[in-house]
Formats: sequence, C-alpha cells, structure tokens
Amino acid sequence: MRDTALLSVRGLAKHYGAHIGCTDVTFDLFPGEVMGIVGESGSGKSTLLNCLAGHLDPDHGEVFFDTRAEGLRDTIQMSEPGRRMLGRTDWAFVHQHARDGLRMGVSAGGNVGERLMAVGARNYADIRTQAEDWLQRVEIDTTRIDDRPTTFSGGMQQRLQIARNLVTGPRLVFMDEPTGGLDVSVQARLLDLLRGLVRNMGLSAIIVTHDLAVVRLLADRLMVMKSGRVVEAGLTDQVLDDPQHPYTQLLVSSVLQV
Amino acid sequence: MTDQAYNFAYLDEQTKRMIRRAILKGLAVPGYQVPFASREMPMPYGWGTGGVQVSAAVLTPEDRFKVIDQGADDTTNAVSIRSFFERTANVETTTKTEDATVIQTRHRIPEVALSEGQILVYQVPIPEPLRFLEPRESETRKMHSLEEYGLMHVKLYEDISRHGHIATAYAYPVTVEARYVMDPSPIPKFDNPKLGDNPAIQLFGAGREQRIYALPPYTKVVSLDFEDHPFDPSKADHPCGLCGAENSYLDEVITDDAGGRMFVCSDTDYCEDRQASGHRGKDAA
Repeated sequence: MRDTALLSVRGLAKHYGAHIGCTDVTFDLFPGEVMGIVGESGSGKSTLLNCLAGHLDPDHGEVFFDTRAEGLRDTIQMSEPGRRMLGRTDWAFVHQHARDGLRMGVSAGGNVGERLMAVGARNYADIRTQAEDWLQRVEIDTTRIDDRPTTFSGGMQQRLQIARNLVTGPRLVFMDEPTGGLDVSVQARLLDLLRGLVRNMGLSAIIVTHDLAVVRLLADRLMVMKSGRVVEAGLTDQVLDDPQHPYTQLLVSSVLQV
Repeated sequence: MTDQAYNFAYLDEQTKRMIRRAILKGLAVPGYQVPFASREMPMPYGWGTGGVQVSAAVLTPEDRFKVIDQGADDTTNAVSIRSFFERTANVETTTKTEDATVIQTRHRIPEVALSEGQILVYQVPIPEPLRFLEPRESETRKMHSLEEYGLMHVKLYEDISRHGHIATAYAYPVTVEARYVMDPSPIPKFDNPKLGDNPAIQLFGAGREQRIYALPPYTKVVSLDFEDHPFDPSKADHPCGLCGAENSYLDEVITDDAGGRMFVCSDTDYCEDRQASGHRGKDAA
C-alpha cells in the first residue's frame, strides 16, 4: 500500500521563531482519497496546508508527491520552477476567499482559461469551449462567460474558483475552508457540487476546515490538530462518532444541534 | 558651440559608464529588463527621460542625431530633445532617417528600413508587459525568470472575448528569441514586424521605471497571438493624402467640423521625401 501513496508526509514542521506553526506531522494520502484537517483557529491547519502546497517553506520534514510526469518526487527539495509547474498542473489550490484565487479584473472565461494558457494552450476556440464546459459543470450560466467575477455572488465566485482550478485536471486539490463565509444554503449546494466532482474525477483532496459538517460529508479520513500537533487521526466517522482525545471530544460536543 | 557648463551630452562620465554597462547587459540578454540608476533629467517624467539618458550614453561627437515623436520631426517633444543635444553635445542633427546614426523615437519606427551601424533609442513609459495583469513587481520578475507567460495570453483572450478580435493596437507584446516577453513601448502594432531581424541596434530606456532593455541586430522577435486569431499588423485602410503612399502608417487628421478628414503619413520625413520625388496624394495642395 505504502508505495502507491499519492502524497507522503514525514515529520513536517514549521516554526515561526519560538512559536510552533505545526510540528511532527506524518501521514499518507492515497489516490482518490479525501482527507479533512480540523482544529480551532491557530491550530496550524493552514500553515500545514501552505507547507504542503509549496506556499511556505517548512523547517523540517519531507513531502513526497507522485507526479504524473516523473513519478515520486520530494516537493520540498524540488526547484521552484518545478514546484510552480506542479501548482499549475497536478495541484490545485482553492482559497477561502474567492478573491484571493481569482483575477477580479479578468472575465470568467479568462479566469478559467488562464491555467490552460499557462500550460501552453494557444487556440482561442478550444480554450473557450473548455471554459464553457467547466462553467456548466460548476452550474454557472454560460451566458455569464464574459462577465467579470466582481458581478458574481459569493457562491458563484467560489464555484468559479473551483472551475478555474480543476480545468487542467489536477490530481490533488488543496482546499482552505472552501465554504467559509458563505450562507448555509449556498454551502450545501457547493458541498454537493464538490462531492460530485471529487467522486467523478477521482480527485484526491486535502480539506482544511473548522466545520465538522463539511468533513462529515466530504472526507474519508480526518486529522484533528491542536497547537500545531496532530492529536487524533482516523476514518472520519470513527473519529467523529467515537472521539478519543479530550480536545476532539470537546470539538465534537461543541457543534450546535438544531 | 557646446555649452561649457555641461559635460558632453549633459550626463557626467560615471553616469554614462553605468548606463553603458546596463545597455551592454541588455544587449547580451535580449528582452531582459536591466535595472539602472536613472538620473533626474531637466524635463518631466513621461517626456522621454529614459530615452534621453540612453542617447546621452551612446552619443559621440561624430554622431548625427535625429529625434522623432509619433513619427514627426517637428513636434514639441522632438524639437526640444533635439535642441537639448545640440546645446549640450554639439552634435550634428538631421531629419533624414538614412543620414542619422542615432535616432531617438517616441512611439514609432521610421518607415525607411534602418541599416547596420544605426542605433534606434525608444522612450518607454512602462517597460513591464505584465504590469496591468499582475501589479506585484516581485511576482512579475519571478514570472520572467521562470518564463511563466500564460498571463500575457489572458490579456489577448480578454480582447477577443470582448471585441471579437485582438484589439490591442499599440504596445503589442512580443517574445524575444523564444525567451523573454517584452513590451515594445507604445509603437503601433503595424511597426512590430520591423522589430525583428532589424540590422540596427534597438535600445529601450524607461526613466521613471529605471529599466533599460535592448534588441541586438538581427534578433528574432515574434508577436504573441492565438492559432485561430493570428497577429495582424493593421493600419488605416487609405493611402496617404499628401504623398499617396499605400503602405506607410497613417495619422487621421480632422480638417473641419463637418466630418472632413484626411489621412497622412505619421513619418514626416518619409512623406516629405516622397513628395519631393514627385509623388502626390489626393489632398496635396
């Protein structure tokens, strides 16, 4: 099983001076698997995600990723051009705020097409067709293709961000609170959409969130973080239904019941 | 007579050395924007402070100097820069493209083909082709160094989606020697084909932005485009009203308030030459 892992993380640590960002994180992610990372604010979830996606430089540890082109590679030792290339092809990163992940001054079609053009697409008609196809898949009316994201609602912006990220067929998607800041009904629709895309495309994903409902719906496995350390990990249902660590118990019991 | 209060060509020798070093580096790495310590010049930014500094660094007392502004030798910018170097460098000046050894230009490449030994100096307002798509300088530099130019095509994509064709008509981005994407300064895209394989040395100076870049003679320059929307160096579909030239770049001149207009060559030297050799357009007096 071990040598087929898509992503292997060993002893990853990131410190901000004396303060621990995250430390001693070790896990494997297998193809088609969705992993959730939960924890309170400041527990190191986003630091971990940014280290994995190459946005931050970790202090210790190894991250191996099974690239499409060259097989297993250490993404921390990898040269920056290589890592940025991965960021455009095999990886995708969905930001919490769609504004961070979109180009607000560029039309929806241009936003979706940017990754295609970045990997060498030079045929306008093809790019346009693919952009239309992806807008449909994320349930955005294709007549809006030439509108700027500034004219879109928050939920539409988030869906556009997802389309823009998935257009090059990545194998691993990093999501940082993809439903944060959206109202509940929009959240539900987005989760539904994400679940469909993840299942249909066989994507692997790492989802950082503080919303346990999100991981319950999407994630196969769960890691619980506190103060930069992983305190509990296991199958999602197992962790949520039978939490072992006191912090996890607290987290699960603090969910509001309606 | 040279004004003795100034060093030859206004700038001091150390500054000229520094600029020449930047020019040499630019020539060695065609299309790469070389930072240089731009000096205060006795003219406002946007009037060609970068071009003037490059001209000052390359001028020798034997040079013959020509300045054009939008193709014309007789506009304010051209006249004042010409007289500036007449006074501070005492160089000979000319309006004839063929006779000039150094030509400083704003927004045009002369119609007459340049030859080996000539230097064309461009005034550049914004040297960074990615600027309006990516505002962070740290990021655009990284994109240049890693050759990440997908964003440049996003701009062209936006043009086509909004106008049905690539509507960028000036400062049309080019790839130099299959490596750096370069802003050719706001020349009309009609002039883009003249950038490549040109026997003259082409130097670009941006004073406010403190960048110098260059194209050595016979450099390969390709305008960006899409397979199904190829690059088109368009111009107004008229002959010149004064000299009848069919394939020179034209300015539209409004002649009255009743819709009257005429098209004339923007390169005044080229137009006058043609008229002197007997060519006449329909509006010629």
